[in-house]
Amino acid sequence: MATKQTLDIDYTKYNFRDADTSYEYKFDKGLTREVVEHISRIKKEPDWMLQFRLRSYEHFTKRPLPAWGGNLNTLKFDDMLYYASPTEKKSRSWDDVPEYIKQTFDKLGIPEAEKKFLGGVGAQYESEVVYHSLRDDLAKKGVIFTDTDTALREYPELFKKYFSTVIPPEDNKFAALNSAVWSGGSFIYIPEGVSVDVPLQAYFRINIQNMGQFERTLIIADKNSRIHYIEGCTAPIYSTDSLHSAVVEIIAKPGAHVRYTTIQNWSNDVYNLVTKRAYAYANATVEWVDGNLGSKLTMKYPSIYLLGQGAKGEILSVAFAGKGQHQDAGGKVVHLAPYTTSRITSKSVSKDGGRTTYRGLLHVAKGAKGVKSSVRCDALLLDEYSRTDTYPYNEINEDDATTSHEATVGKIGEDQLFYLMSRGLSEQDALSMIVMGFMEPFIKELPMEYAIELNRLIQLEMAGSVG
Amino acid sequence: MPKTLEIKDLHVSIESKQILKGVNLKVAQGEIHAVMGPNGSGKSTLANTLMGHPKYKVDSGDILVNGESIVGLPPDQRAKKGLFLAFQYPLEISGVPLAQFLRSAYRSVKGEGQQKTETKGVGGEMISALAFKKKLEEKLKEVDLDPSFTKRYLNEGFSGGEKKRAEILQMAILQPAIAIMDETDSGLDIDAVRRVAEVVSRMAGPEMGVLIITHYQRILDYIKPQFVHIMVDGRIFQSGGPELARVLEEKGYEWTEQQTTSTAN
Repeated sequence: MATKQTLDIDYTKYNFRDADTSYEYKFDKGLTREVVEHISRIKKEPDWMLQFRLRSYEHFTKRPLPAWGGNLNTLKFDDMLYYASPTEKKSRSWDDVPEYIKQTFDKLGIPEAEKKFLGGVGAQYESEVVYHSLRDDLAKKGVIFTDTDTALREYPELFKKYFSTVIPPEDNKFAALNSAVWSGGSFIYIPEGVSVDVPLQAYFRINIQNMGQFERTLIIADKNSRIHYIEGCTAPIYSTDSLHSAVVEIIAKPGAHVRYTTIQNWSNDVYNLVTKRAYAYANATVEWVDGNLGSKLTMKYPSIYLLGQGAKGEILSVAFAGKGQHQDAGGKVVHLAPYTTSRITSKSVSKDGGRTTYRGLLHVAKGAKGVKSSVRCDALLLDEYSRTDTYPYNEINEDDATTSHEATVGKIGEDQLFYLMSRGLSEQDALSMIVMGFMEPFIKELPMEYAIELNRLIQLEMAGSVG
Repeated sequence: MPKTLEIKDLHVSIESKQILKGVNLKVAQGEIHAVMGPNGSGKSTLANTLMGHPKYKVDSGDILVNGESIVGLPPDQRAKKGLFLAFQYPLEISGVPLAQFLRSAYRSVKGEGQQKTETKGVGGEMISALAFKKKLEEKLKEVDLDPSFTKRYLNEGFSGGEKKRAEILQMAILQPAIAIMDETDSGLDIDAVRRVAEVVSRMAGPEMGVLIITHYQRILDYIKPQFVHIMVDGRIFQSGGPELARVLEEKGYEWTEQQTTSTAN
C-alpha cells in the first residue's frame, strides 16, 4: 500500500490550473442557435452536420430535464461555456503541442504512459483534441484512431454511416445537448480480423471555469476484431460548476470484442452526464468497465444492446461518493436476440454524506430465447451520514430466461477494523484496505498502470476519513 | 532484558457490565502461560482488552508492555510494541489477498510503512519483495498451508482449521514478543489441534512469550506451559505449574465453582 505521504503529493497532481492559457476561440457563456452555428462554422463542417446540430439544439430546448436521478436544479445552462479552443491545430508530436498544455499532460503522466504501454493516445483540452498519435504498425493494418472532428473530414462516408446510429439526439436531453455542440472525442475503426493488443487511450481535461465539455466518441469494431479503449478525465477545482456531457457509441460487429475502460476523476464541481451505448451483433462481446470518482453529480448508465445470437455484454461499474457528491450510476442491458448473455456488477462506496445510486435495466425481449443474465450490486457505507439506493428494473418477456439479481449493503464493522489494526495497520490503512478489497473485482480488470492509479485515488479519497 | 506483558489489577467492562474484576498476570518473553476457565469467566474479554478492542472499557488497573502503560493505545500501536492476538473467530476480508495483507502488516509492524516510498527506489522494493516472498514460503510450510492460500482473500472461504493456521502464519510472519492465543483450539478436531500446537511450540522460545487462553486442557498436551492460571468470574482464581491443568481436567470446572462458593461463604 502506498503511504500517506505519497498520496499528498499525488493530490496536487490533478488540482492545478493553467493561468497562462491562451485561446484561439473562447465563446461567451450560454447556448443559442448562433452558438451552434458558430461552432459548425469554425469547424468548416458539411451542411448535413450543421442541420444535425440544429435539429439536436431544437430538441434540447424543448426537452424537459429528467425528473429522476440526481438533483439538476443547480445546473445553469446559461452559465456554461459551450466552446473553447486552445489551439487551432492538432499535433502528432508532443513537441508541437503548446508548452502550457504539454506541461498539463506531462503532469498527468500522459506522454510517459504512451511510451510505456499504449498503442495510441489522444488528448483533449477543453473542446478540442490537441494531440493524437497511433503506433505505425496499427495504422498500417488499417486501424483508424483519430479525433472525431478529423474523422468527419477525412472519413466522411464511414463517419456518416455510423454517426448517431446508436444514440440519436432524441434519446435524452443530454444526448441532444451533446449532439448540438459536440466537439472532439475519439473516432476508432478496427478493420475485420485485426486485433489491437495494446490499449488505445484518450485523456480529457477541462481547465477553465464553467467549461462545458461535449466530446463525442464513436468506435466501430469490424468483424472478429479486438480493441481495448481507455479514457481518463480530470479537471481542477473551481467554486462554480462545469459540465461534462459526452456521448459514446460503440458498434461491435459479429465476433468483435470491445472493451471500454473509463476512469473518471472529475473535481467535485463537475456535472457528469454521459450517454454510453453499444450495439453487439452475433457472438460479439462488449465490456464497459466504468469507474466514477469525483464529480458533483454523475448520471451514467452504460448500455449494451445484444442484437445477434450469442452476443455477450458485461458492465462493471464502480462509484465512490464523498462529501457533497452523488453518483447515480449503473447499467442497462437489452437482450434482443436468443442465447445472449450479460452480467452487470456494480460496486459503490459512500462516505462523509456522499450518495450512491444503482440504477439498472435488464430487458429480455419476446423471442430472445435462452438468455442468461446476472446482476449484482454491492454498496458499502462508511458512515451513518452516507446513503445508497438501488433501483433495478427488470422486464423479462421470455419464460426460459435465467436471470439473477443480488444486492448487498455493507458497513465496515468495528470487528473488521480491530482485526486489521491488531496486525499493525493504522485505522486509515485498515479502512483503505477494506475499501480496496471491496473494489478488487473492478481493480483487477484494469491494466496494471490504471490499477495502481486507481488505488492511489481511492487512498486519496480515504485520506481524512478518520476523524 | 526479556520483554514483558504485565496486567495489574485490571477491571474491564462491556456496556457498563463489569467482566474483569481485578486480574493480575505477568508474561515474559520465553515463557508459556495458559489461562483456563469456564465459559463466561472473562477469558476472551481479557484477550480482546489486551489488544485494545474499542468495545472493552478499562475501568481501573493497568496493562504494561516493558513497564509502559498501553491502556488507551489503539491496537496498531500495541502490535508495534510486540503484542499479537490470534483470534478465536478470525474475520474475513474480501478482496484482500493473504500475501498482500501479510506484507502490509509486516511493513506496518516493522515500521517500514513510515518511510516515503520515493526514498526507497524501485530496486529496493524489488529485493524486499523477494525476500518477503521467501520468508512467506518458509512459514507456509511450517504451518502446513498450501502456497495457493497466499493468493486467496484473507480468511474468505477458509475452513475453521485453515483460519486458525492462517492466524498462526500471521504470528510467524510478525514475530511478536508476546503472542496471545484466544481459544485457538476451539472448533478444531484433535489432529488439527495437534498440528497447530506443534507449530506454536516450535515458535515459542526465548524470543516469544505465549499466553494461551483455552477452555480445554487438550491443547496443553502439545504446548507445555510453565504456568497455568485458572480464571473464574473475572479473576485469576488460582495459579500454578502444569500440574494445575491436570487437576482441572480431573475435577472439572465444577471444582472451581465449589471452591469459590466456599470462599465466598
